[in-house]
Amino acid sequence: MTVTDVRKDPTALTMEIVSEFSAPIDRVWQLLADPRQLERWWGPPTHPATFTDFDLTPNGAVAYFMTGPDGEQYHGWWRVRAVEAPNLLEVQDGFADDEGEPNPDLPVNVMRIDLASEGSTTRMTIRSTFPTLDAMEQTLSMGAEEGMLAALGQIDAILAE
Amino acid sequence: MVVCTLTDEEVDRLFQALADRTRRDIVRRTMLDDASVSALARSYDMSFAAVQKHVAVLERAELVVKRRSGREQLVRCNVDTVRRAQQLLDQLESIWRDRLDRFEQLLAEDRTTTTPLETENPTP
Repeated sequence: MTVTDVRKDPTALTMEIVSEFSAPIDRVWQLLADPRQLERWWGPPTHPATFTDFDLTPNGAVAYFMTGPDGEQYHGWWRVRAVEAPNLLEVQDGFADDEGEPNPDLPVNVMRIDLASEGSTTRMTIRSTFPTLDAMEQTLSMGAEEGMLAALGQIDAILAE
Repeated sequence: MVVCTLTDEEVDRLFQALADRTRRDIVRRTMLDDASVSALARSYDMSFAAVQKHVAVLERAELVVKRRSGREQLVRCNVDTVRRAQQLLDQLESIWRDRLDRFEQLLAEDRTTTTPLETENPTP
């Protein structure tokens, strides 16, 4: 197993997961910074991701969608808060509408990825922070593999309000 | 799917309550055992009134419950609220573990494809 440590703080709504890979840091960075490679691991096999815009520069915009088994698409966006190749990527991650426009009514979380070279291995620390418990709940129920379809019901409920 | 049962107002209160380090610490401390307001005041080097204010904020957010025991006010963490956050973090962990498995798989493919690539492109 590549995961070496997981820290979860339910009172601060953060999760930190540390993993180690036997690959040089530049190669690990490629998996984050090259959209074609990112697509191969970001979404689960049932919901592969396709990145359409990919501007990994400070304040740059990234747009992607995930495609479900019946062809349904779920759009998401990133806004780059910090990027320092090959060590740091910090983005806001949120939901978008069918045209890929960020949906301001849906929650946004912050994902920070730190990479550090340790001899021939690379340590990756991912820290995910949510602004509210509700935002975390909504993000997970929409973003989790099983939650993808259930999310439709939530969107309907939001639209009905 | 996890169904949200809190209203927006409740969520706002919850997060205002957790926005403060002392209040987060009070939640952690009272998870395992009750603590009196005066004991908390001693350990934070704060006035009784200051701690009482923090506790009142946590109480409104349903993160702690308060009860009287003789002359003391005892504070206890409302484990249900914290558990809900914990369950969500567990889900998040499993999503990331799956992602990292795929990540590792791609790196493993590098190692197995290096040799054939080299033989496909012999130096002229």
